[in-house]
Amino acid sequence: MRAPVLALTLFAGAACAADVVVIQNGTVHTVTKGTFRGSIVIRDGKIADVGEKVLTPPGARVVDATGKHIIPGIIDAHTHIALDSINESSVSVSSMVNVAEMLNPESVSIYRAMAGGVTVCNSMHGSANSIGGQNVVFKLRWGADARGLIFDRAKPSLKMALGENPKRQGSPQGLQIPGLQSPQNLRYPGTRMGVEDVIRDAFTRARAYQREWKDYEARRARGEKALPPRRDLQLEPLVEVLEGKRLIHAHCYRADEILMLLRVFDDFNIRGVTLQHALEAYKVAREIAERGHAVSTFSDWWSYKVEAYDAIPYNAAILHRKGVLVSLNSDDAGGAELMRRLNAEAAKVMKYGGLSEDEALAMITINPAKQLQIDPWVGSIEPGKDADLVIYDRHPLSVYAKVEKVFIDGRQYFDRDEDMSRRPKIEAEKEGLRRKLQDQQKQAMPQNRRPS
Amino acid sequence: MRAIHRILPVMLAAAAWGGENDSFLLRNATVHPVSGPAIQNASVLVIDGRIAEVGPKVAPRGRIRVIDARGLHVYPGLIDSGSPVGLAEIASVRETVDTGEIGDFNPQLRALIAVNPSSEHIPVVRANGITTVLVTPGTTGGTRGASTAGLIAGQASLMHLDGWTWEEMEIRRSAAMQMTWPVIQTGRGGPPDLESLLPGLAARRVTFAEARRNQQLQVQKIQDFFDAARRYQKAKAAGEAIAPDLRYEAMIPVLEGKLPLMIMAAREREIREALDFAAREQVKIVLAGVRRPGKTIDDIAKRNIPVVLGTPFVTPLEEDDPYDEPFTLAAQLHKAGVKFCFASFNVQFARNLPYEAAQAAAFGLPYDEALKSVTLNAAEIWGVAGDYGSIDKGKYADLIVTDGDPLEIRTQVKMMFIKGVPVDLESRHTRLYKRYMARP
Repeated sequence: MRAPVLALTLFAGAACAADVVVIQNGTVHTVTKGTFRGSIVIRDGKIADVGEKVLTPPGARVVDATGKHIIPGIIDAHTHIALDSINESSVSVSSMVNVAEMLNPESVSIYRAMAGGVTVCNSMHGSANSIGGQNVVFKLRWGADARGLIFDRAKPSLKMALGENPKRQGSPQGLQIPGLQSPQNLRYPGTRMGVEDVIRDAFTRARAYQREWKDYEARRARGEKALPPRRDLQLEPLVEVLEGKRLIHAHCYRADEILMLLRVFDDFNIRGVTLQHALEAYKVAREIAERGHAVSTFSDWWSYKVEAYDAIPYNAAILHRKGVLVSLNSDDAGGAELMRRLNAEAAKVMKYGGLSEDEALAMITINPAKQLQIDPWVGSIEPGKDADLVIYDRHPLSVYAKVEKVFIDGRQYFDRDEDMSRRPKIEAEKEGLRRKLQDQQKQAMPQNRRPS
Repeated sequence: MRAIHRILPVMLAAAAWGGENDSFLLRNATVHPVSGPAIQNASVLVIDGRIAEVGPKVAPRGRIRVIDARGLHVYPGLIDSGSPVGLAEIASVRETVDTGEIGDFNPQLRALIAVNPSSEHIPVVRANGITTVLVTPGTTGGTRGASTAGLIAGQASLMHLDGWTWEEMEIRRSAAMQMTWPVIQTGRGGPPDLESLLPGLAARRVTFAEARRNQQLQVQKIQDFFDAARRYQKAKAAGEAIAPDLRYEAMIPVLEGKLPLMIMAAREREIREALDFAAREQVKIVLAGVRRPGKTIDDIAKRNIPVVLGTPFVTPLEEDDPYDEPFTLAAQLHKAGVKFCFASFNVQFARNLPYEAAQAAAFGLPYDEALKSVTLNAAEIWGVAGDYGSIDKGKYADLIVTDGDPLEIRTQVKMMFIKGVPVDLESRHTRLYKRYMARP
């Protein structure tokens, strides 16, 4: 952000370098095309070739992956990392705000998540309102500026939220301190009935607004003179949803409210929604599958609030078995804690529900890619796709697996050995600064006696 | 999952036939005693709930029931050295959370008294191989795990995760006195929840000097409380007529060095102060929630002070810390010769305790030590190693039978015994799973 022009130039330079990398002789988990011992050729940031036997182009940089495992970069379909602010909670419909405006490329959570094998994430608006703000999908290109992070091919999306979170903001029994009245407690809605109403009302208004514009365009096309409708920044993203140009990620928990949302979407003919959290989705898997909606959930979270009491770690497995596209996410906000262990989260669908290795890996790679509609470019190891790759020291579905190297667009962004070898130098630098500061404070003492 | 359903009913039926619910011969398994190397093709003979024999050649005695564990592994039950399991049901609902009593000094409180034996959390945690929990009165039932209790929260109890009443779950009603060492808290004034409601107040910056003074006042409060308790103890020993006080009564085992003081202290400064305090007061301590021991690490080792590590599933403390800082702490302690165990300090994620140890193993802790940190080391730290923590002759048969390494996520726990009695591995979660998987 500080020097966008310079950073962009540097970044573009790095991306354009036509160097060829070959990752050799590792166990390649393509996720979509099987697992085998082989090699991957990376050219111009893309996967050029992959297979048991590939030709190593002359002059290529060779990464020996003997005994190692390679998977496509992990995609986290639900995070809030690297955002300076997350919730515009003052209104019930905040579709006009966009978290991309608040993307902080210097957030260390980007590096930490990336060191845990995540290469793409969907950083979302919060869950304070029934219709929240616009989300941002970005690649974890540590060092790039905000614009350089954004994955611009990702389809735009909008956050929605049901249940306790949006209710909380409007609850007359909400957070109350005697003698103090918080304006947050006065916001509508305060019940699940109200949540339905807010959503139905917003899309009804959006449809009317869409019609106004269509009428206006039709009149102009007929050569009539007409004044354009007043632009409504709140309704425009909702119109995009109605027109299939913008995806929805809807935070929800209980089965009944999931059905409520599905019925509202039926009425407005909204398709391809990803239900976020959806911890009770397993109860209505059939209804979700019938409509072709998807679910992005936690592996084993439960009981932290009432609407999470019926959450079970078998949710993902039941949904998958009943034909729903499922991904596992972290919902990480301040730090990237769970993001860096999503491989272990995937292993839990093998433990709970007995899914296969490929099914487990798909839930953190190709499935979230499909949910974000970025699967033509990322989410599996296939020729033509972006070279977003993670090398592990052992099977990635083992709890003992460590990320050794991470590539994004063919460029190496993480190397565990390098990270380790840099540490003494950083520590010495920190110690030096500490000493300098102490010396300065000592010297400054006599002059600094006056009260400031 | 399906295998569990298959094995358990058969086993329980056999138990009914045998008549003796806590005696059996488990055979053809790989036995991992933890106190020594694994034994292939071995048997464990359990009589009246205790381990009578372990080894490759154990003959069945009389009409004892025999459990064939071919291809399976036997480990001691895992121990979570700090969790509010049983004290907290739904973290966000105050009415269901019985941790963190009001007031700075509550040594008289005993966690076990409030444990709900029919909490849905108990079978859920058990299903992953955890037989035993140190239930802590001063940890929140919340997701983020931080302690919000007063300075002395009460007595932590060691309990089995099975029983109709808390008496049946009890191993040690009082295993440790839980205490939090005051922290110098700078930055914003209030807790984050308050910030949105009372912006003016909460946004006020607390200077380091102010924070330091606040912390010293709290330390002084602790000192005063100990001094008063000590006077009480002396007066009582001298046979003086004094009004009974349950709080001071509860402190006597601590002052006598019989009950360890489990002090929550994360960083070097608090740890240093806690160590000095313990030396001055000549009390036995266990450090808990240690994150950044720094230069105190050698002192901790030299003085044989055990450490309870919280989950490594946290982000590094500082922005410029190595990305794997929480993962490597256990290995660092091990290298320095510190004895430690792991705790979840949480309810909803307590079942992930074995993976905490595994995470440490991935980042440098020898595997055997990782396994000990959730079994034998924990039993030793809580003073029950004579009865628990390993598969050795004479100990109670707290056993898990698995299809592999219990620290690995994919591993399934196939059977569990607490004091030799088979324990149900079904839970709210497996019940809901079966019910909704079967929905047409």
